[in-house]
Amino acid sequence: MDVMVPSVTLDRSVDAWQAAQRWARWKRRLLPLAGAFSLLFLWWALVTVFDVKPFIAPAPQVVAATLIQKYDVLLSNLLPTAIEAVSGFVAGNLAAIAIATLFVHRKSVEMAFFPIVVLINSIPVVAKAPILILLLGNGMAPKIAIAAVICLFPTLVNMVRGLEAVSPQALELMHVLSASKWEIFIRLRLQSSVPYLFAALKIAASASVVGAIVGEWIGSQQGIGALIIQATYNFDSALLYATVVCGSTFSVLFFLTIRLLERLCGRWTQI
Amino acid sequence: MRDGALPAAPAIALDGVSVRFMSERGSVTALQNISFAVPEGGFVTLLGPSGCGKSTLLRVVADIIAPSLGSVRVLGAAPAEARRRREIGFVFQDATLLPWRTVLENVRLPMQVGGGTRAASGGRGPEELLALVGLAGWEKALPRELSGGMRQRVSIARALLGGPKILLMDEPFGALDEITRDRLNEELLGIWRETGTTILFVTHSIHEAAYLGQLVLMLAARPGRVRELIPVDLPEPRHLAMRETAGFVALAARLRAVLETC
Repeated sequence: MDVMVPSVTLDRSVDAWQAAQRWARWKRRLLPLAGAFSLLFLWWALVTVFDVKPFIAPAPQVVAATLIQKYDVLLSNLLPTAIEAVSGFVAGNLAAIAIATLFVHRKSVEMAFFPIVVLINSIPVVAKAPILILLLGNGMAPKIAIAAVICLFPTLVNMVRGLEAVSPQALELMHVLSASKWEIFIRLRLQSSVPYLFAALKIAASASVVGAIVGEWIGSQQGIGALIIQATYNFDSALLYATVVCGSTFSVLFFLTIRLLERLCGRWTQI
Repeated sequence: MRDGALPAAPAIALDGVSVRFMSERGSVTALQNISFAVPEGGFVTLLGPSGCGKSTLLRVVADIIAPSLGSVRVLGAAPAEARRRREIGFVFQDATLLPWRTVLENVRLPMQVGGGTRAASGGRGPEELLALVGLAGWEKALPRELSGGMRQRVSIARALLGGPKILLMDEPFGALDEITRDRLNEELLGIWRETGTTILFVTHSIHEAAYLGQLVLMLAARPGRVRELIPVDLPEPRHLAMRETAGFVALAARLRAVLETC
């Protein structure tokens, strides 16, 4: 019977351990919320105590009210920005994947053009944007182009690395199997580049939204970027803040969508 | 049948093969004037100090590296021809499995590339080969769920798909613990007897070379050249306990003595 004693002790320690685990899980969920609310409170307190004028900085509850009252204005301006960002994201990344494929198979092309890609990437977005607007006019096209150009570089660099991240032995194996270059690309290189590709896509998702907004700043009647400019000129700080919240919420959702795709797509990446 | 006298027709024949690599510090002779033959259905082990070009020699036979001088014949044809006809299976030092594919999909790879749909019609199917290497029931597992020994079994099954007449093995068990290595050595002999495949096996273990091979080809280093061909006079079929016998101990001692002069 006294054999039972140690097993009871063990159960108790298991219970304690599980309770600690549960508490740790709740802490992980609650602490970020607590952090956010404490900063919101600080914001409210500063605006109230120092009696900041509404056109300089609005109180958080005013921003929240604007988000609800003007949601139709906000959403109708978010739509073009979202279309530009997503179209630019798709175009820029497809171009990057195509160029990376070319670079990996034709080293001389990479040697000739990679320095130029680096050079173009080093030009700030705000400098690239006017050039593209002069070239492409005032519609959605230049904004899509700016978003695409921003996405291109991180994906190109990562994709070249990913396509080359194939072990020499795997290449020897494919050679012994008399695999063609195309088969090596499809069965080996493309697959091993997936983790690298998603690392770049997650950067590109947020960057494409920034690109679309910067494009709208320079010349546009609609979109999150245009609304930011309008609200600033009209000293409508509550609308300005609400617009920023709207744009960054979309950016975060875009990022989370890519991360979800990554989880669905790459079970082997989580080693 | 494979006991005692070796059949005459060579599966692999090298004649005066040299391999030179060019580098920034000049040229390095990896192999110099290598001539030897592996009889059909034979099991030859390649032994030598590190840097003697054992792996390079295997890659010359597999048409991965072209010799600078000399001729190589595999089943009477050029190595490239034998490779295209899928006469050669290759097992690497690390299993080289594709991590995103299941065990079964990895074994099937040779059927999916290089015109393998036609080439793999001969021989055993993937499931049968997995059973042969003792991995029945593991078809759906991913490589990262397997131990090192199990991964190497998968890679052996993959190399055997399509029924190649020649199996080239580059220190396949070098990274495994001794217990796993012993077991895989014994199983490899079983597979060899069952399939009748010609095997050329690179190792840096004296015991492995003596236990597996009918013939040990000893290479000397810098430059890699044939030091000696040592026939193994041990009774067939071999079993692990044989390594305690006086005959085996004497052979191992002789191999070690020759190896020290390389």
